[in-house]
Amino acid sequence: MRAAPSPTAAASPGALLEARALTCLRGARLVFTQLEFSLAAGGALLLVGHNGSGKSSLLRLLAGLSRPFAGGLFWQNSPIAEDMEAHRARLRYAGHQDAVKPALTALENLCVWAGLDGLPDATGRAQAALAQVELSHIADMPGRYLSAGQKKRVNLARLALAPAAHAPLWLLDEPATALDRDSVARLAALMARHRGDGGMVVLSTHSAIDLPGAQVLDVSLFSADADDADGDDAADGEAA
Amino acid sequence: MKAIWHLLRRELRLALRQGADAAMAVLFFVLCVVMFPFGIGPEPGILARIAPGVILVAALLASLLSLDRLFQADHEDGSLELLALSPPGLEAVAVAKLAAHWLVTGLPLILASPLLALFLNLPAEGFPILLLALAITTPLLSLIGGVGAALTLGARRGGVLLPLLVMPLYIPALIFAAAAIDAALMGHSARPHLLLLGGLLAGAATLAPFAVAAALRTALD
Repeated sequence: MRAAPSPTAAASPGALLEARALTCLRGARLVFTQLEFSLAAGGALLLVGHNGSGKSSLLRLLAGLSRPFAGGLFWQNSPIAEDMEAHRARLRYAGHQDAVKPALTALENLCVWAGLDGLPDATGRAQAALAQVELSHIADMPGRYLSAGQKKRVNLARLALAPAAHAPLWLLDEPATALDRDSVARLAALMARHRGDGGMVVLSTHSAIDLPGAQVLDVSLFSADADDADGDDAADGEAA
Repeated sequence: MKAIWHLLRRELRLALRQGADAAMAVLFFVLCVVMFPFGIGPEPGILARIAPGVILVAALLASLLSLDRLFQADHEDGSLELLALSPPGLEAVAVAKLAAHWLVTGLPLILASPLLALFLNLPAEGFPILLLALAITTPLLSLIGGVGAALTLGARRGGVLLPLLVMPLYIPALIFAAAAIDAALMGHSARPHLLLLGGLLAGAATLAPFAVAAALRTALD
């Protein structure tokens, strides 16, 4: 059963990113408990599960935007919480919102993020990244005129700003929403190349996306009320 | 340091493109002060007496006006999450945001104040101290207000909560700034009051970025 796409046990050799007995609490609701996975260089983790099962919460935990209630996240066997600065430098997060400023052009939007990662030639990298998502022709268009799909692509172009060696961990929350079929294929190619360069991808999605050899992690299996089949649509965001 | 400069440029560019915020604060400041002679009557003696207080309170209110948008726009479109995850970290973001807020709203207030002082018949010997007091007070307003804005981020009715939270904290700055100008007008030294204001500014400048970053972290969680 080696090829089975199931979460592997913790502390497996070669794993860069590991979650050990992770528990997430949002408000008063236990979202998931005892969640475990490990991811090696070049690996991909596909998060599935019904609405509200905690895919976004898990991605936010991995990004360090929120703290686990119990359990821990480890990078090369050392706790991530001990060096958030290094963790921030190595991850790229794309959430539900596209963070595209209406007043800035597509290129300027990207330049902002390119200038923050400490690598030289921010503008050149931003232009190259826009070319990767085939948006070079709208580089000078203000964000307010971009369609939802184009905004998403500008946001995803951030991923291409830095090489995999610099920012190996991609955390993508529903990256395929609002994208047309060609763009989804481009995203898949982008992720494949990133993984080929030794990067890692963790993503949640409801639509089909080509991610060869990805581990599949069903977050709802770790839900505290896993037997509750009607748990669908129980507040996608945080519990009020 | 380079990252803070980069973030500051982003803030200023956004403020310039969107334009209205800076102009609004100054216009509000001017109009607010102009209301007083209409309400109180054009008695030069009375106007000169209340001029320092009126200008300071109007500056305080004008600075408050744009505070609720300080983090909100970035919070709503997801930029704040990405800024929080960027290598420089939220402390650097806080420094850049607070500095930008002062440059965009505080600095124009200082530049507009001599005109208003003239309008309210403030004696000439009060002008330098008024400018100096405003130069210390307006950054203080941005710093304290920024902490309030970060704390009320995401709160329901945050726009109303923010002044309630922040205004009491403005009181010490108001007291010392007004006292400095009054002292100058009465021929005393304004130095002790200005030094106390400077002390407040030094404390706020040191602590506010960390407080803002901590509050934003809570808001994002």
